[in-house]
Amino acid sequence: MRYKFEIGCILVLLAAYLFTYLEVNRFLYVAGFPILQFVMIATAWNILGGYGGYINFGTAGFLGVGSYTAVALIQWLGAGIVEQVIIAGVVAGFLGLSIGYFTLRLKGVYFAIATLALAIVLETFVNNWDFVGGAAGISFLPPRKPELLGYVFIDSKGGALFGNTKEYLFFIMAVLAVFSVWIARSIEKGKLGRGLNSIKDNEEAAECMGVPTLRLKLFATTISGSLMGMAGAVFPSFLTFIDPLTAFNLEFAVNSLAMPMIGGTFTWIGPVVGAVLLGTVQQWAIVTFSSELNLLILGVLLIFFVTVAPHGIVGWFMKKNK
Amino acid sequence: MRESATVLEPSPLTPELEKRGVVVFLELLINALVAGLLLGGFFAALSIGLSICFGLLDTVNIAHPTLIVAAAFCTFILNSTFGIDPILAGIIITPIFFGLGWLIYSAYYQFFEKTSAEALRGLAFFFGLLFITEVVLIMVFGVDHRLVEARYIGESISAVIGGLEFSVPYRLLTAFVVASAMTLGLHLYFERTFFGRAARAVHQDMMALSLMGVDPVYIKRMAFAIGLSTCGLAGALMIIIIPVEPAVGRLFIGNVFAIVVLGGLGSISGTLVAAFILGIAVSIVSTFFGPSWAPAVSFGILLGVLAFKPTGLFGVGDTR
Amino acid sequence: MSEPLLKVDSVTKNFGGFTALSNVTTEVGVGERFGLIGPNGSGKTTLINCISGMLTNDGGNIIFDGQNLNGMKAHKRTAAGITRTFQIPRPFHSMTVMDNLKIPIEFLGIAGASQKAIEDEAMSILETMGMADKANGETTGLTQIELRKLELARAIAAKPKLLISDEAMAGLTGNEVDEVLEILINFNEQGMTIIMIEHIMRAVMQFSHRIICLDAGELIAEGTPDVIVKDKGVERAYLGV
Repeated sequence: MRYKFEIGCILVLLAAYLFTYLEVNRFLYVAGFPILQFVMIATAWNILGGYGGYINFGTAGFLGVGSYTAVALIQWLGAGIVEQVIIAGVVAGFLGLSIGYFTLRLKGVYFAIATLALAIVLETFVNNWDFVGGAAGISFLPPRKPELLGYVFIDSKGGALFGNTKEYLFFIMAVLAVFSVWIARSIEKGKLGRGLNSIKDNEEAAECMGVPTLRLKLFATTISGSLMGMAGAVFPSFLTFIDPLTAFNLEFAVNSLAMPMIGGTFTWIGPVVGAVLLGTVQQWAIVTFSSELNLLILGVLLIFFVTVAPHGIVGWFMKKNK
Repeated sequence: MRESATVLEPSPLTPELEKRGVVVFLELLINALVAGLLLGGFFAALSIGLSICFGLLDTVNIAHPTLIVAAAFCTFILNSTFGIDPILAGIIITPIFFGLGWLIYSAYYQFFEKTSAEALRGLAFFFGLLFITEVVLIMVFGVDHRLVEARYIGESISAVIGGLEFSVPYRLLTAFVVASAMTLGLHLYFERTFFGRAARAVHQDMMALSLMGVDPVYIKRMAFAIGLSTCGLAGALMIIIIPVEPAVGRLFIGNVFAIVVLGGLGSISGTLVAAFILGIAVSIVSTFFGPSWAPAVSFGILLGVLAFKPTGLFGVGDTR
Repeated sequence: MSEPLLKVDSVTKNFGGFTALSNVTTEVGVGERFGLIGPNGSGKTTLINCISGMLTNDGGNIIFDGQNLNGMKAHKRTAAGITRTFQIPRPFHSMTVMDNLKIPIEFLGIAGASQKAIEDEAMSILETMGMADKANGETTGLTQIELRKLELARAIAAKPKLLISDEAMAGLTGNEVDEVLEILINFNEQGMTIIMIEHIMRAVMQFSHRIICLDAGELIAEGTPDVIVKDKGVERAYLGV
């Protein structure tokens, strides 16, 4: 069937909506939201990391920039969630472009180091910025009720699409996650994806074969950063609180890198599988064990897959028909 | 530092106040320079091992600062349980880190170099190592800050020279002396011995080494282990200078990489000079703009060097 | 000789204090088979790195097809008509043989945007190289000669005016050397100018119309194969006496 993927996307969104409509256990939103967020982050990371072979350790930085752009917009303008997401995407995309511009001409390790340092510097900056709460963080009321042409989306009495803000935000996160998977897949199947792959395989050879390597890398870094920023923008509203420690948590960097590597980096399905699998396991493990043990398992899994199973889980299944 | 900075604000400008302002400024500046130089020595101790691993061997061990934190915790145990002097403790644990380096490089070689896998997968490996080390430290020690005790911690020497007041904390001085000795020793080792020359040649020409009958893998493993063994003393110095908690290593990632890149890949003496430059820059920024801006210095230098002179000040390495 | 295709005009390249190329000047004519020889470390690869844009020359000019290449990025030079192969083959190892060839064809827009046309173009080149049966295979399964041929095929897929072949025959048997020579001469006869860097003297002498010899970054001899063979400087450079 020709539009299998597109139909799948729509079905996922319908399922996400039904999920909010059926008023299932509240815990499921709280657990489901991070999983969707991880799908988005892992997918965004993989556009540059999986296709192009450039490792970004600064996921937390891009995510934090998204979160704090949203916070600043709420503080300044009382902006709604849609504006927050779009502007956060623009800001984080620009950040990706500029860091890429300085470091992507060099070996990939320099880009990786710069992104790692970037996250730390951004956190320092936010720690010093009292307008968005500084190191202590900031909490705010749920964003104002969104409406379009006089139609209110949220009504607790059941007269609108969503019963409460959490449901609304959950659905937005689902839309964003599906959107980023769609983008990643389009890139992978197109000329851009093939170019990025050639860069990953051998950058000098790619350049000599007419591939404008720097431009492709910058493009991938911008898109990838932008999607991460968008994923971060929804975070403060969902939590109704944010502090630098949460927004710039190194765990995001590990997760965004581990999920595609465990799922498989060479195709869009890999990060999705990795994120859903690890995300679910983590939500369960945090409740069952300590969160430290959960992180330890994550680190060990990452090293295991990087060393002995470089094609990830999806690689095991795809081996046969290759 | 903050208090003195307010003195600088030009309120009523009487000649006397102006003169006093100049004196305060000079005092601040000179103290910042001295502290920066000493801090630079400490930075050198943090970076020298990485410079060997990254510059000479091309193994980008981003877990290096976190392993130094692990060493700091080892020092803490030896100090708090047996009352061993932190520097001595640092020397005692050095062989452990040498062995650890041997193991890590063996694994790295087995999984990445031998199979000529993408270099970036190796980077993910070290990132995993960083993360695991940090989590294990948190599980064992919790997130509290830890300190060590020694006679030279907490005291300062002060002097008045030419009407200007100086003050140098002993702990910084100790760190400076130990770090300089360590760097000088390694510099001589890599310049003067056959092994050192072989290790530097490994970077240039693997083939030539094999023809000389030297096993390049052995040289690399040895050099990596030496690089990692510096974590022992570096960790001891770290816990002498600042209270240590498991995640503190991250704060130094920007610093050590800025130094290694600025110094030029593969140049040990360059690393030392770069460490002094960064130490002074950090110290001056902390004094005049507040310590909370210090991390921005290393990042700014790192980005600046990468953008304009990626071979660093003394580098001959290949950055493309 | 009419206007040359490539003019190398006093090109200099330093690495730190080491001079890899010093004032090298030469010309390659349209349709010429040009040999580049010299002992190890003489600067051959540095020179072609400067021509193909992998390195930037510190001094001098490289003029191709009337256009000064200084400051031009490598992929732009490929689009302008200069393509090179690498001493050690660098296939895109995550792709099939066919997909390797599709990269230059697609990115240089040689066969338009249609995937079908791109594939046909790639296939026709693989056929002339005798590699059609490997088209859908992984590059990891290729033999040494097949890797060399893939490296050439991918470069040829870029439809270069000037092909620079960097030791395409190293490590091959006598018959295989002849096979590669035949391929190169065949494409030259279709109008492709070729610079050949080679250590196998038999091949480079048989192939070239004209040869230059570099030693320690300097051009020490230039001429037809029989002139080069008799040149005392070349002999000294190779034998080290």
